[in-house]
Amino acid sequence: MFHWLEKNPFFFAVGVFIVIAYAGLIEILPNFAEAARPVKGLKPYTVLQLAGKEVYKKDNCIACHSQLIRPFKAETDRYGQYSLSGEYAYDRPFLWGSKRTGPDLHRVGNYRTPDWHANHMWNPKSVVPDSIMPAYKHQFTNVADLETAYAEAVTVKKVFGTPYGADIAPGKAAYEKELKTKILPEALKIATAMKRDDLIKMVKAGKVPEVVALVAYLEKLK
Amino acid sequence: MQSNATMEYDYSVVKLFMWTAVIFGIVGMTIGVLIASQLAFPDLNYLLGEYGTFSRLRPLHTNVVIYGFTLSGIWASFYYTAQRVLKVSISESGLLKALTKLHFLLYLVIATGMVVSLALGITASKEYAQMEWPLDALVVLTWVIFGINMFGLIGLRREKTLYISLWYYIAFFLGVAMLYLFNNMEVPTMFFSGGLGAWYHSVSMYAGTNDALVQWWWGHNAVAFVFTVPIIALIYYFLPKESGQAVYSYKLSLLSFWGLMFVYLWAGGHHLLWSTVPDWMQTMGSVFSVVLILPSWGSAINMLLTMKGEWNQLTENPLIKFMVLASTFYMLSTLEGPIQAVKSVNAIAHFTDWIPGHVHDGVLGWVAFMIFAALMHMAPRVFKREIYSKSLLESQFWIQTIGVVLYFTSMWIAGITQGMMWRAVDEYGNLVYSFIDTVSVLHPYYALRALGGLLYLIGMFMFAYNFFKTATAGKRLEQEPRYRSPMA
Repeated sequence: MFHWLEKNPFFFAVGVFIVIAYAGLIEILPNFAEAARPVKGLKPYTVLQLAGKEVYKKDNCIACHSQLIRPFKAETDRYGQYSLSGEYAYDRPFLWGSKRTGPDLHRVGNYRTPDWHANHMWNPKSVVPDSIMPAYKHQFTNVADLETAYAEAVTVKKVFGTPYGADIAPGKAAYEKELKTKILPEALKIATAMKRDDLIKMVKAGKVPEVVALVAYLEKLK
Repeated sequence: MQSNATMEYDYSVVKLFMWTAVIFGIVGMTIGVLIASQLAFPDLNYLLGEYGTFSRLRPLHTNVVIYGFTLSGIWASFYYTAQRVLKVSISESGLLKALTKLHFLLYLVIATGMVVSLALGITASKEYAQMEWPLDALVVLTWVIFGINMFGLIGLRREKTLYISLWYYIAFFLGVAMLYLFNNMEVPTMFFSGGLGAWYHSVSMYAGTNDALVQWWWGHNAVAFVFTVPIIALIYYFLPKESGQAVYSYKLSLLSFWGLMFVYLWAGGHHLLWSTVPDWMQTMGSVFSVVLILPSWGSAINMLLTMKGEWNQLTENPLIKFMVLASTFYMLSTLEGPIQAVKSVNAIAHFTDWIPGHVHDGVLGWVAFMIFAALMHMAPRVFKREIYSKSLLESQFWIQTIGVVLYFTSMWIAGITQGMMWRAVDEYGNLVYSFIDTVSVLHPYYALRALGGLLYLIGMFMFAYNFFKTATAGKRLEQEPRYRSPMA
């Protein structure tokens, strides 16, 4: 049979495809619906938090930080309750990471404060003297892309039925309204808690610095 | 073009891919040494402002070495090997000739887009699948063109039986196509929000645990179908050709090929041990990872036994050295992987430096060594010149081998040290170390790893110089060498 296959590339290719394809069918498909279900009471990310998640992706925090607490005592002692599948139901993409050069962040919102983050992102050594993490000062001046985050909220609401309210709707006007009534006030609260005048000033001028969005996102990780 | 002896092949696209392999090799490995040094000496994070942090550079390193250096090397080898084992020249078909050129051009466009977008922080954030949807769409197009070229050449073939290397190239094409499509399913946000936001932004089709499953089904099998399958295609062609020895066993190659195809895809779950995916999937991932030793070692042993009775070539020919050591590193790496996939070992190893250590004994020792050997075997035949310097190749071999050994030994120690410190408790059951203690302790190993990487990079520069000189100043050859590549 093998000799025959090696002279018939079409059937050879079909054979290879069948052999490689069905492992995925058996391993991935059966659990799909169940794994997509959120835990009770889980709220989707606010637009500001989504913008923060984009900063997390842009500066690629997952290169060094995981968001997955494994069910070991050493991990639950250090980071808190082990992670549950349903907690990730609104994470697109998932941000578990694969390397802990720094600590896990899945519940960082429980034990760090916005002003701690402000100091840490400006100069990690100021709060952790031996830290090897670089400073992310550019996040204090770069402006977060709120419009794209809003577009993402609209998209996941429409395509995947993520439970956002009626105010998350397509179009520039709906975005402007959300910006004024929800996003900027939320950002001001975070900036105030970060205790830095430059950040508060920027938010009041209608521009949200990346680090404010990022901290809003980190605060949601609980 | 009737008899094999007078057959002239068209190497134009082969040469282009050979050059990009060398250039991307230098770029990707230089970034690698920089980010390795940043972990040991954090001040190096500030050389390029926002664009120079470890976190921003790390995906650039991985993507440039995987999709720049490795893919270029694979495609150079493919277009070279396919013509020869099928006994057909690309220039026999005007369409195929044009499509091979288009393949290369699109590849350059994507590579450039990839480097620029990742430097700017535009990323889908899935490891080894970071590119956003416009580039993903181009990748699919390029892949289809590559497929047309491959099956086009097969359609025109004079040699009816497909040589082993082609089995692996076909699997490479099909495997990557399937995995890439499913893993990169994403929804562009602009289309659903009434034109708001950045045009290149998208969200993943899958969320949370599902996204993780699909991503590591990809992540693991990208290693399979980019770092393993086509590299085996390389060694099955270039080792017998360079040594003049027939492949040791046809049956062993059959067993290894079909075994690898069947088993590899199941093992992806070992990246998600102790996570929120169901236990039975984790166990399947573990078990199949251990079974995977069989087909992996099958190929490696088949290659080593091909040298039976001709081991003297190991001392005489640096290209044989590269290939034999590559097989050996392949064995090491495919034994180490299954060990890490055992759940109790994984509890310590996961999230630590042992994982990049494992990856690098595979990619530096196996993948890159094989690509160096392939490029240098092809060089005299496509440029019709002698290899510029044998002694340079010899020194490169030893410098890089020392580099790899430093790399993985330091990362073994670092990984196991950190894994043990994370879980250490005192007599009352309290954690002994704060997280930062487990970072500070790694400094010497990070420094050693950076040194290992630097040695490897020096070897890469030696190779690039040797390659450039071979192509431009090597002694002209009257006749194509039959087996052993001539070198000065």
